[in-house]
Amino acid sequence: MFDKILIANRGEIACRIIDTARRLGIRTVAVFSEADREARHVALADEAVPIGGPAPADSYLRGDALIAAALATGARAIHPGYGFLSENPDFVDAVTAAGLVFIGPSAKAIRQMGLKDAAKALMAQAGVPVVPGHHGPNRDGAHLAGQADALGYPLLIKPVAGGGGKGMRLVEGAADFAAALDAARAEADRAFGNPAVLLERFIPRPRHIEVQIFGDGQDALHLFERDCSLQRRHQKVIEEAPAPGMTPQMRAAMGEAAVRAARAIGYAGAGTVEFIADASEGLRPDRFWFMEMNTRLQVEHPVTEAITGIDLVEWQLRISSGEPLPARQDQIAIRGHAFEARLYAEDVPAGFLPATGRLAHLRFPDHARVETGVRQGDRISPWYDPMIAKIISHGPTRATALRALDAALATTEVAGTVTNLDFLLALSRHDGFARGEVDTGLIARDLDQLLAATADPGATALAALGLAGLHRLDQAQGFALWQPLCHTITWQGGSARLELPGPGHARVTIDSTTHEIIQQDGRWWLDGRQVPARVVTHAGGTSCFGLGPAVTLVPLDPLARGGDPGRGGGLTLSPMPGLVKAVFVVPGQEVAAGDRLAILEAMKMEHNLTAARAGRVAEVLAAPGDQVEAGAALIRLEETP
Amino acid sequence: MKLATSVQPSSRTFRANRAAHLAMLDEIRTAAQAAAAGGGAAALARHVARGKMPPRERVANLLDPGAPFLEIGATAAHGMYEGAAPCAGLIAGIGRVQGQEVMVLANDATVKGGTYYPMTVKKHLRAQEIAEACQLPCVYLVDSGGANLPNQDEVFPDRDHFGRIFYNQAQMSAKGIAQIAVVMGSCTAGGAYVPAMSDVTIIVRDQGTIFLAGPPLVRAATGEVVSAEDLGGADAHTRLSGVADYLAKDDAHALAIARRAIANLNRQRPVTVEWQSPEPPAHDPDEILGLVPADLRTPYDIREVIARTVDGSRFDEFKARFGETLVTGFAHVQGCPVGIIANNGVLFSEAAQKGAHFIELCSARDIPLVFLQNVTGFMVGRKYENEGIARHGAKMVMAVATTNVPKITLLVGGSFGAGNYGMAGRAFGPRFLWTWPNSRIGVMGGEQAAGVLATVRREGIERGGGTWSPEGEAKFKRPTIETFARQSHPLYASARLWDDGIIDPRQTRDILALSLRASLNAPIQPTRFGLFRM
Repeated sequence: MFDKILIANRGEIACRIIDTARRLGIRTVAVFSEADREARHVALADEAVPIGGPAPADSYLRGDALIAAALATGARAIHPGYGFLSENPDFVDAVTAAGLVFIGPSAKAIRQMGLKDAAKALMAQAGVPVVPGHHGPNRDGAHLAGQADALGYPLLIKPVAGGGGKGMRLVEGAADFAAALDAARAEADRAFGNPAVLLERFIPRPRHIEVQIFGDGQDALHLFERDCSLQRRHQKVIEEAPAPGMTPQMRAAMGEAAVRAARAIGYAGAGTVEFIADASEGLRPDRFWFMEMNTRLQVEHPVTEAITGIDLVEWQLRISSGEPLPARQDQIAIRGHAFEARLYAEDVPAGFLPATGRLAHLRFPDHARVETGVRQGDRISPWYDPMIAKIISHGPTRATALRALDAALATTEVAGTVTNLDFLLALSRHDGFARGEVDTGLIARDLDQLLAATADPGATALAALGLAGLHRLDQAQGFALWQPLCHTITWQGGSARLELPGPGHARVTIDSTTHEIIQQDGRWWLDGRQVPARVVTHAGGTSCFGLGPAVTLVPLDPLARGGDPGRGGGLTLSPMPGLVKAVFVVPGQEVAAGDRLAILEAMKMEHNLTAARAGRVAEVLAAPGDQVEAGAALIRLEETP
Repeated sequence: MKLATSVQPSSRTFRANRAAHLAMLDEIRTAAQAAAAGGGAAALARHVARGKMPPRERVANLLDPGAPFLEIGATAAHGMYEGAAPCAGLIAGIGRVQGQEVMVLANDATVKGGTYYPMTVKKHLRAQEIAEACQLPCVYLVDSGGANLPNQDEVFPDRDHFGRIFYNQAQMSAKGIAQIAVVMGSCTAGGAYVPAMSDVTIIVRDQGTIFLAGPPLVRAATGEVVSAEDLGGADAHTRLSGVADYLAKDDAHALAIARRAIANLNRQRPVTVEWQSPEPPAHDPDEILGLVPADLRTPYDIREVIARTVDGSRFDEFKARFGETLVTGFAHVQGCPVGIIANNGVLFSEAAQKGAHFIELCSARDIPLVFLQNVTGFMVGRKYENEGIARHGAKMVMAVATTNVPKITLLVGGSFGAGNYGMAGRAFGPRFLWTWPNSRIGVMGGEQAAGVLATVRREGIERGGGTWSPEGEAKFKRPTIETFARQSHPLYASARLWDDGIIDPRQTRDILALSLRASLNAPIQPTRFGLFRM
């Protein structure tokens, strides 16, 4: 086993790898860009090396700098995490050439799987099912129509170049094929300058199911499947293991296919074989097809760890250091069910726009596994993926695990940036999802419903109390002799009126709605019922969590208000005896506060006389060249009503 | 030791007492609410239409949210001036700003333009007196037209009239007690000296004005035509005259500046008493309403009240077996050590000596004193006069008058005759004097007074050889009894600021604690007693 490794990554995955390394007694070297000098992974590692500027191309993608850092610190191996250089075969070659170990598969395996079409062909040869389709050089329309008939309808016509669904045509029957082909070719030519198209079986209710595999170069095994069907534009949102509705036969078929794929390339290390499954008639062993293979650790690996009890990073380290597979297939079993939700700094209603900001408040749930690369006070920078954390729940059944996920999300608190937390909560409470009816179109279909959560007005009232400093309302006396005083609480964009009728009791009125709030034994009561609200004041304001979407009120500094002098100040007087050098205004002229009205020369200095307030000039009482006494009126502004 | 109780909340007497006290409380609450309403809805609407904050909201928004406000004279001028001056047109009380106790004085411009009636002056001076004794910074929220002209003879000339306000400001400033003025409206003539005499002055633009003579008087006197703003508005005073120091955009801004000014005072509470962790009483304070008889003439054990006032109901009774009509002992109220002196019947010589002794003890130990008054006076009669009850009573009065520990007085029943003196009545300078709705105050009871007058009258009639029928005597006595009854009522007393306010007996503990806390802003000076007549 290695005595020291370098982690060529950042964020939660770097922290996650450090955790396992530390448990195994392996010392860790972190690398960091200029933006990450104070990041959590740097603080956790035994050593840390700067590798360049904040842009990934200047740091985390600089293989030479990473290898130099490993050599300089005496690290024996490099763990690439996911993303960045984790699937870059040239980097693997460079690492190996430097006499270091790359914790991952061989460059050859990565290359084989990196070319998607070649990979598919390789898999088909190895007997792994691939999506039926036609992808040949013959572009003749009649030939393609014949191929289409052979494939069966409905089917998709896809451009060979490009991606993102552009130029894709769904064809329901043979009668529509010719027209659709022409249209698809024309569009592909316009969009990508290449009219070539391919045909593919249309999968009406696709599910994304992937199988975790491990190989040691000699043999391979699988750690069952994960379902990643809850996606938004190919971004996974919530993953789970095992896949809902999975049958033993299908699981066996998929596992075997995945292991076959791994063996076909003599795979070593952790990998994921992604399949697409047609769930229109439930999961069937004859309706899944190879999509691609990821030759690295996946973001969602913790759900597999949860149901198998195996530390995947530990296996990566052991296999890379030359050990054989640590277990046999028959020693691995599924225990319960697990979910992972990806908490991101992103503005969901605005179209899932990535967000930035300083995490003024951050609290994770007590009873869930959380993988994170940030702490309270850290900044989500625009340079990298805006992930805040992965929240992982595990339970004996899918229903209990989902409930645990819901509870974990409901007690997660983030302030300082917008997040997708409410969206995740809505997903965890989605009826179809609860029934296991998942497919990759679910989010897009039900987006409106998933964004429907609105803030509880009571949460605003509670946050207002916190803004007034009354987090411990139960300790506030609120004493008045015969009737309570009425305070006004103001924040950016709103205000509330506050009365304290008695100890531990507040009455908060917002927009003519009054909320009765009581605090008792540290718990909040809102309008007669106890609620799971938590009121927290942080650098970004005061937030109320736990009552639906979090409400954050940003305080107004009551002192940060320029005091313009109002109606007075209409008369500009000579501050001392002197000579009027210049007058810049005429009667009737509008002036703004601070505008220069005249220059007075006195005591060998030129003094600017400025308007004390905005207004219209009523009279100019002095002319250039006039000698004036101290206190002489020079300019008068009109009275304002 | 922990006080036991014999109160039975289910008894008929308890329920009857409670009902009677609740009725009395309703009367006081109605009066207090009328006072808090100031000049009424129409006047308030005009006030708000000028962009001003309602006077009580000004006070509220100056103070820390959730912190207590101990109002002084909440029913001042009740029933006086034909109801023209609710709350005497001035809100006064002790609140907390940035955690520090301050005295707030806020003119209510909805009450006759905030002009000063005689009771307004008295209330203002009383609030300043408390502030000076307790060394509390003063915040004046000024919005007043100055002296109420029809009442100028009772407002302007005497020692304790309008000028005393400025004298007090100067005296307090000299003692390092901060004087902060927030000019939120008029400050005319003499009133101009409130901001001018303050250490720090804030003025609200387009709203606050300060001048010795307003535009009409200026025009009459010199012919100069000038707007109020140019004569003495916020811009003129912050830019030209230097009368005010900070320009505020509106009331809320002005109050925020005042809060900052207090935060910057660099004050520290003096070390005075040894505070303990507060602890609620073992017996429910709510029961006070049922255990205190509705009729003053019915005796009850004052320890039942003490048991519902002090921490853990623990009371170290001093000299329990001597002079039993005066109960003395040590306890804590919300953690503050106190010496309690409470009436449990008429004062005898022994009780007076015991009281004097106990005051000496507390003075030597810097322990604040709490007086619970329910006294008809000192015992009368030959035996008592001859044994020197006046001499013994004088000892107690001397001790009460000259001790330097803070005194808090609470009228829980009768306050009659010399008993009022011995028990730290108003004349003896308690830091605070509160009354319960059932309390009565007078030189003697109405019956006794009518009896004295009737005896004199009867002697006159009989000297002239006439006779006086019982009906005639009863008819003669009735007006005196009625007058005494009216004048001894707590609302009558509080209207005239003979006390600092009527309180809900159930809040006694809180109010004592707030009074003590406010008092202990000032260090306790060593006591030097006068000569005791031995």
